[in-house]
Amino acid sequence: MTQTRLAVDIGGTFTDVVLEAGDRRLTKKVLTTSRAPEEGVMEGTLALLAEAGVALGAVDVLVHGTTLATNAIIERKGARTALIATHGFRDVLDIAYESRYDQYDIFIEKPVSLVPRARRFTVPERVDVGGRVLLALDEAAAATLPAQLQAERIESVAVSLLHSYANPAHELRVREILLTALPDLAVTLSSEVCPEVREYERTSTAVANAYVQPLMAGYLGRLDRALQAAGFRGTVYLMTSGGGLTALEAAARFPIRLVESGPAGGAILATHVAALAGERRVLSFDMGGTTAKICLIEDLKPETSRAFEVDRAARFLKGSGLPLRIPVIEMVEIGAGGGSIAKVDGLKRIVVGPESAGSEPGPACYGRGGDEPTVTDADVALGRIDPERFAGGKMRLDAAKAAAALARHVGGPLGLSATVAGFGVVEIVDENMANAARVHAVERGRAVADATLIAFGGAAPLHASRLAEKLGIRKVIIPPNAGVGSAVGFLRAPVAYEVVRSRYMRLEGFDAAGANALFEALAAEARQVVESGARGRSLEERRTAYMRYVGQGHEIVVPVPSRALIADDTAGLRAAFEREYEALFQRVIPDGAIEVLSWTLTLSTPHDLPAALAPVARSGGARAIDRRSVFDAEAEAFAEVPVYGRADLAPGQTVAGPALIVEDETTTFLSARFDAHIDAAGSIVLERRS
Amino acid sequence: MTGQIAQIRYQIMWNRLIAVVEEQAQALIRTAFSPIVRECGDLSAGIFDLKGRMLAQAVTGTPGHVNSMALSVSHFIEKFPLASMQPGDIYITNDPWMGTGHLNDFVLTTPAFHRGKLIALFSCTSHLMDIGGIGFGPDGTDVFMEGLYIPHLKLAEGGRMNETLMAMIRANTRLPVDTEGDVYSLAACNDVGAKRLAEMMDEFGLDSLDDLAEHVIANSRAAVEAEIARLPKGTYRNTMRIDGYDEPIDLTAAITVGEKTIHVDFTGTTGVQKRGINVPMAYTEAYTCFGLGCVVAARIPNNAGSLAPLTVSAPPGSILNAPYPRAVASRHVIGQMLPDVVFGCLRQAVPERVPAEGTSCIWMMSLRGPTATDAADKRGFAVTITSNGGTGARPMKDGLDATAYPSGVKGTPVEIAESIAPVVFWRKELRPDSGGAGRTRGGMGQVIEVESSKGLPFELLAAFDRIDHPARGRDGGENGASGVLQLKSGQKLKGKGFQTIPAGERLVLMTPGGGGVGAPSERAGEASARDLRDGLVTAAD
Repeated sequence: MTQTRLAVDIGGTFTDVVLEAGDRRLTKKVLTTSRAPEEGVMEGTLALLAEAGVALGAVDVLVHGTTLATNAIIERKGARTALIATHGFRDVLDIAYESRYDQYDIFIEKPVSLVPRARRFTVPERVDVGGRVLLALDEAAAATLPAQLQAERIESVAVSLLHSYANPAHELRVREILLTALPDLAVTLSSEVCPEVREYERTSTAVANAYVQPLMAGYLGRLDRALQAAGFRGTVYLMTSGGGLTALEAAARFPIRLVESGPAGGAILATHVAALAGERRVLSFDMGGTTAKICLIEDLKPETSRAFEVDRAARFLKGSGLPLRIPVIEMVEIGAGGGSIAKVDGLKRIVVGPESAGSEPGPACYGRGGDEPTVTDADVALGRIDPERFAGGKMRLDAAKAAAALARHVGGPLGLSATVAGFGVVEIVDENMANAARVHAVERGRAVADATLIAFGGAAPLHASRLAEKLGIRKVIIPPNAGVGSAVGFLRAPVAYEVVRSRYMRLEGFDAAGANALFEALAAEARQVVESGARGRSLEERRTAYMRYVGQGHEIVVPVPSRALIADDTAGLRAAFEREYEALFQRVIPDGAIEVLSWTLTLSTPHDLPAALAPVARSGGARAIDRRSVFDAEAEAFAEVPVYGRADLAPGQTVAGPALIVEDETTTFLSARFDAHIDAAGSIVLERRS
Repeated sequence: MTGQIAQIRYQIMWNRLIAVVEEQAQALIRTAFSPIVRECGDLSAGIFDLKGRMLAQAVTGTPGHVNSMALSVSHFIEKFPLASMQPGDIYITNDPWMGTGHLNDFVLTTPAFHRGKLIALFSCTSHLMDIGGIGFGPDGTDVFMEGLYIPHLKLAEGGRMNETLMAMIRANTRLPVDTEGDVYSLAACNDVGAKRLAEMMDEFGLDSLDDLAEHVIANSRAAVEAEIARLPKGTYRNTMRIDGYDEPIDLTAAITVGEKTIHVDFTGTTGVQKRGINVPMAYTEAYTCFGLGCVVAARIPNNAGSLAPLTVSAPPGSILNAPYPRAVASRHVIGQMLPDVVFGCLRQAVPERVPAEGTSCIWMMSLRGPTATDAADKRGFAVTITSNGGTGARPMKDGLDATAYPSGVKGTPVEIAESIAPVVFWRKELRPDSGGAGRTRGGMGQVIEVESSKGLPFELLAAFDRIDHPARGRDGGENGASGVLQLKSGQKLKGKGFQTIPAGERLVLMTPGGGGVGAPSERAGEASARDLRDGLVTAAD
């Protein structure tokens, strides 16, 4: 089954396009056209197809990921949105966590809600924690809502009533009343987009979905029409933040699931690379211009989660953004990229990021007016980036400007030379990433030292060997086309949909019939979304329960068998829970009562991962194309190191560190502690000596 | 160049120490039972050198633990000399005077060894929901009524748990499963810290922390001293009156800013009280230093060096230096007011960096009662639901609506509260007009209505303040609205002490608003219009 497949990843600055036809893979970067993103997509797609000599009509599948929904939220450019809440609970969005995300800063700003208070309406009704109606929906009050919405010129509405995850009847009835009067209104129900306990997160998710829904539905419709008009006859899939593909219609209904699709694509790529290399414990490391993303992948499965924050107001601090409860690939994202700005703080410490110079003006060495030193400037000052070879030589960097910026903003205040200042900047950013990786791992109860690092994104190959040293990691893999890794990852993702529902249950006297009915409903919902995209392929089902000891606050994910449950499954579920708990926290609590809060079901086409390739025989050292002077931290001096062209390296060839391996999109820096070879998949594999 | 590279390596290792204690804190949150730890973050974790000096502390929800925990480790070292410490030992106490201020906080300290040598101590503390006695409320008249008192003891010796002590703990709480679970959770988090520290020492080739400790402490101290040097010198005085239990309390402070030090003296403050709102000195120091830190040194990590230039005194026998064995369970109600007292002094020196008074004391509903009409469940429920009022206006920004300050704990979600206790909320929304008007206005409080979901009476262990004495505005800004505690039918309730909410009645809380800054007439038209449009301000005058 050789298909012709396209992937398109719209980022803030660039739109990446990747074409796979037979054995060929071609890539292209064009500028993102924010005003009408489909134009950039069409331009890049048609240009790449022309290069490849492939007609659009011959393309079977187009997989698409985009940051548009995220950007609409960050820039507050979504629809004029209203919220309808339970009477007495108008301010759930403002009350939020009642806390400050920065303990010592008395001048913090809280995230601005997507719906101002004047557009938040309430209706008398009440459902209790068990789903029983305490107060019937006030039909007369609900009937006045359409006129109020019209008066406020509302385009999109979120309905979020208390405990609607337990009984959605009132939300459904409110929608009916609204659509009868206003048939064109976009309506999001919290019980559909996020049927989970905790009113703030559920309401926030519903409101965010309502906020981007008209925009995304409009964009996806225009893209579909543009593709059809240009002769496209294949299927369009959207990449979701959970790492699965979804059909256009489902994406238009729950566009909030598309945020973070780019990083999800990166994690999928890392999984694929791990499979080819036969690696079971992987840390994926994606470092671009603004941020670094780090994700744990065990046994070829990226960690997943149901919590995410968008639009963090302050320096990537947890709690400063709008919470979303959607399926996401769990990763830590910190403000550490090539464009991250370095400065010196009041304690005379070097601080790197989270502010980024972006692409305009960009790092000082770009010579576009940037005056502040960035990580890229430090890499130039240390000799790791060859100013003549950046972006395949299409863009010449100014090493003198890099050194001057480092000297002025970091070296000067600390009495350091530009070079040592550059070394400090690189060490700090690497240490920041290492600490983020460590804390992220411990939050999930994992250790990182015995993992393999898979590095991609423009800046990652420069920093991967030092990051690995800091984490005690002995092996690093840098796949081909590392610079457009996310889009390549899109082409490896399965068609999948995850649904969740909160239903509280004690494990003792557990309600098997209730759980079965719930899973049947979840399966029906997932099937509806997945079947059109699966096009007859077989489907795999995965069930989980979010469980904890009664009295605890943090649930762990426990696998549940994909079959009808019976009362006797209590023992099996307890054993499964204890197995997971012991793995995370060492010690189970004897006879502790156990409870289930939520249940999930994921339906997907088989995630066909390739078999591991046979190791290649080492065929001897590669030939260097150049030598460069690179700063060696241990010797505290510059030393000459060989430079290799990645395109010249064949599987089996070896390179001894220290060395640089250059390609158009990035440079791999190999420290003195590593040796490298090219593996059967064309990846550069770094291995720690001794 | 070696010296320069060494400086950078010190910075890296310092960052790593902070990362180690953050990991320690995460492990505690993930495994905790106590809802106020796991949902709201009421805990602390840190690493100490062999002189008992704190080198790094995780940034968690509890300023009250800032240097109270820092002092606790030196008490352990006095009791258990370093030479006697063995791998596998764990020490425990909940002494309010040598720990963090009340019996509900357990402090655990674990010696950390590397290659057979004692190198550091890890310490942590968290708030347990119940430690027996009359429960978590202010009604006790001495500390013995407030629950089980654990002196400095070995919780484990050479890796073997002290089962006698564990049995005593289990037998002296209404929540034996949770309390035992929390003790294990505290022990585990210190182990996580010790493990990471050993890895760090291997990586950097260290065999002691001495040089790094000197670097951290000297640099932090110098940074705080440099900040202090920029402040206008002088002595600044302030008094703030609050509700108290039986009588109003005056909190009086004189802050002296010297060349390199700041000293806060609470002479003139009201004396100790009969009921459990008295504050042990360590807790007074914690919230005082937290208030100073927010204004003077917000970006400098907490450790023995950064805390050294900040000193605090209070007359023995005053409510802020309560002697053993006074009742102290609800010491947070008073202690959390101290940053406001500090701000009132500092605004005479640096007005642009200081907010108006806010709600400050967290409005925690401690509720108790039967879970059902039958007698099968002997213990019933005991739950603490946290909520907050508004914070004081900042000079250039409004106060924060419904937000904890100085406490950093989170509010309890309504849907979670209803799942852990037989209660139903009929209202929880912002309280219009409660923020004090001003050029910048105070944060808004909330209106909360709660009823039993079983039609049964339930008990309230009230510990609320700012009902008689609202948060004051400044520079022409108006006071925030006073808090209100009453039944839905109108009957007022006492701000402090045990009371019963009758069957079928609703408990109504109106949390206070923050004070405003500057004359209301100077408020930007746009900001006033937005408040009116949003219905947060209803009376245009």
